[in-house]
Amino acid sequence: MELLFAITLGVLTASGVYLMLRGRTFPVVLGMTLVTYAVNLFLFAMGRLSTGGAPIIGQSQMYADPLPQALVLTAIVISFAMTAFVLVLSIRAVCELGNDHVDGEGQ
Amino acid sequence: MNHVIILPILLPLFSGAALLLLSSMTSQSKRYFSALTTLLLVPLSAWLVNTAAHDEIVTYTLGNWPAPFGILLVLDRLSAIMVLITSVLASAAMMYACQGDDARGPNFHALFQFQVAGLNGAFLTGDLFNLYVFFEILLIASYALLLHGGGKERTSAGLHYILLNLLGSSLFLVAVGVLYGLLGTLNMAHLSVRIAQVGPDDAPLIAAAGLLLLLVFALKAALLPLYFWLPKAYAGATAPVAALFAVMTKVGVYSILRIYALLFGPDAGLLAHLAQPLLWPLALLTLALGSIGALAARQLQELVSYLVLVSVGLLLAGISLGRIESVSACLYYLINTTWITGGLFLLSDIIARQRGETEARLEKGPVLRQPMLLGSLFFVGAVSMAGLPPFSGFFGKLLILKSAPLTEARWLWPVLLISSLGLVIALSRAGSTVFWRTCEDKAVQAKANGWCLLAVAVLMSASVVLVVVAKPLTLYLDQAAQQIMSPTAYARAVLQEGS
Repeated sequence: MELLFAITLGVLTASGVYLMLRGRTFPVVLGMTLVTYAVNLFLFAMGRLSTGGAPIIGQSQMYADPLPQALVLTAIVISFAMTAFVLVLSIRAVCELGNDHVDGEGQ
Repeated sequence: MNHVIILPILLPLFSGAALLLLSSMTSQSKRYFSALTTLLLVPLSAWLVNTAAHDEIVTYTLGNWPAPFGILLVLDRLSAIMVLITSVLASAAMMYACQGDDARGPNFHALFQFQVAGLNGAFLTGDLFNLYVFFEILLIASYALLLHGGGKERTSAGLHYILLNLLGSSLFLVAVGVLYGLLGTLNMAHLSVRIAQVGPDDAPLIAAAGLLLLLVFALKAALLPLYFWLPKAYAGATAPVAALFAVMTKVGVYSILRIYALLFGPDAGLLAHLAQPLLWPLALLTLALGSIGALAARQLQELVSYLVLVSVGLLLAGISLGRIESVSACLYYLINTTWITGGLFLLSDIIARQRGETEARLEKGPVLRQPMLLGSLFFVGAVSMAGLPPFSGFFGKLLILKSAPLTEARWLWPVLLISSLGLVIALSRAGSTVFWRTCEDKAVQAKANGWCLLAVAVLMSASVVLVVVAKPLTLYLDQAAQQIMSPTAYARAVLQEGS
């Protein structure tokens, strides 16, 4: 499971970084979203990966650490809000600057 | 438990929420409400400074969860003084904004309050993840504030600022994740205890997390390879917003000071002095390049933005010296530079309004309506920023120079003195262009608003006040520096009080 998880994170981050280096706002926002997915998964994995563990000590053989789950929840909410904000801003940039280049200058 | 500690966060947070809910209020009553809240923060933070001066470190455990488990706020001398700096700056910016700038876009006051809440929270929190949350609060408010007033320039500068900071936030989370995964705690005091015991197996990973944090904070503070967003964003922002942003880079400086003194300080075992070798050359380069940027600036606000950069370079250079005297000197300079650059941003806006079409561009323009008054205010600010006697900037720089040990002084002295010379040239050129190289064009007839001038004067008066109160202030800051540089005492105070 760890290997699969690590590969997924790697692919997500790599595609995210590639997209973020593009010149137009939409791929950049997509790339940003992929990177935040990767980060959220990474944060989740920091409580160690286990299946069937309750987040309470004594309830099951293994117990899952509840704190990273709480952290991830916060991080998801924040990154979701930020993504919405960036999307609105990029639409506004298209309207005001007349193109969707991140520098505001068409090629 | 002392509940006043959480008020600097709750007060602006609730008043911001109230301003959003009661959006049907007239704009005048919104102004009064928002200004009152901001002004209330000044006596409150003065009281906090007083408390921090008397007691040892005071903690506030949210929900009464004992120390390493719950989130907690920590009031020590450093965080108290940072909250005071923010409140005074915010009050002046608010006074200026209430004279019409707040009406240039919706919900200015609510966003302003959220920004202040985020700033105060970042200074007061004792938990690393909570620091991330407060960073996000102040950032999302700052994104919207930066765009306040609209316009092409702001949108394009805002896009860069926002995308960079979003990536920074992701890296912050990665660093937090690694630290939690390996050390099992996010309480800063607890982290400092655990990091000191780290074995050679985990040390490289923790070092990676620590340096990721440095990257994030350096982005906020605008250290060398990461400062290119700053001049455009700050020069583009509306005047009161730019003035409030003068403290935003200082949040980065504060975090670097806090994290690298507490978590990776001299007692951190294998990971001691993690950031110093990187921070020192980068800070010196920022200092040098900032003054070159100031020389090349073509607009008054851009010039002030580069002054912000120079001060960040100097502050981080002083911090990376890692001595109690130099940290204390840096804190003195930090108060001075935050207020003066804030004041200069406001003053540039007043000057731009009186120059009609020429605005703040550094070229020949019409005679100002009030050249004597604005000229003297600019002179005070410029002298203080360039670091000439008799104002506080001089003493700040002098203290930092004096605190450098011989080996580092060989680098710091020439860089700082030459960059100060650059600032003298840049500022005197800007001043003489704006006030003396005038053409016959008719000046704008409207005089500057009295409240706006008062806001500028309050911030500029810092350069005199800080000199007058220098003795008690440096005494206080010396103790603050001592407190920061002794992480074991901090950890003991935080962890014992909570249990």
